[in-house]
Amino acid sequence: MVSSATSYSRNGLRDWLLQRVSAYVLAVYVVFLLLVCCTNPTLDYTQWTQLFHRPSVKLFTLLAILSMGIHAWIGVWTILTDYIKSTGMRLCLEGLVLLVLVSEILWGFLKVWSV
Amino acid sequence: MNKKRPVNLQLTTIRFPATAIVSILHRISGVILFLFLPVMLWILSLSLSSAEGFNALQTCLAAPGMKFILWVMLSALAYHLVAGIRHLLMDFGWGEEKRSGKISAFFAMGLATILVILLGVLIW
Repeated sequence: MVSSATSYSRNGLRDWLLQRVSAYVLAVYVVFLLLVCCTNPTLDYTQWTQLFHRPSVKLFTLLAILSMGIHAWIGVWTILTDYIKSTGMRLCLEGLVLLVLVSEILWGFLKVWSV
Repeated sequence: MNKKRPVNLQLTTIRFPATAIVSILHRISGVILFLFLPVMLWILSLSLSSAEGFNALQTCLAAPGMKFILWVMLSALAYHLVAGIRHLLMDFGWGEEKRSGKISAFFAMGLATILVILLGVLIW
């Protein structure tokens, strides 16, 4: 058993569950965006921002951005654990990826919040 | 454990079943999507910034090079979504056997290929 591995929650089952929950959120969000684009082929700026002014869409987008960060972290963590054998190197890369993902979530939150 | 077991790690001599190919492509498309996250967020933030930003984005994404990047990004998303749904179906016990797993792997690859071609048609 691997007891020293760092994961999102230091718990494999919780990681698995978070990966699934975030996957469902992202899948539904992608289909939602697809429907928006398909039903409005001539989408303009006014319609686009009006959509994001709606609290439900705003909340859904924030949830999708958060899910994206969690989902990406679990995925990248798994890949790094599989291929990077040197612990020091792996921890460095994990730290870098975490920093990038947290910045991306914050960037996304700020932009969507200020619409 | 016998340490002198024969080991074959030469990827070129290993035959990959469809399930293995679907799996590694799921991983590769995931990495591509992770690398494209800044681009996706840039597109989202520019589209919401102002009417000028929205129009500039439309012009920018219509350039041939950007069309290709958009196609790669959306293809990775389409593939990752299809292969991901295959995993979610497995959570419910569907496609866990060798035969059904193989069938769902072929089905996922077929569906993803259609979507990738469809995306290409839509973008160009």
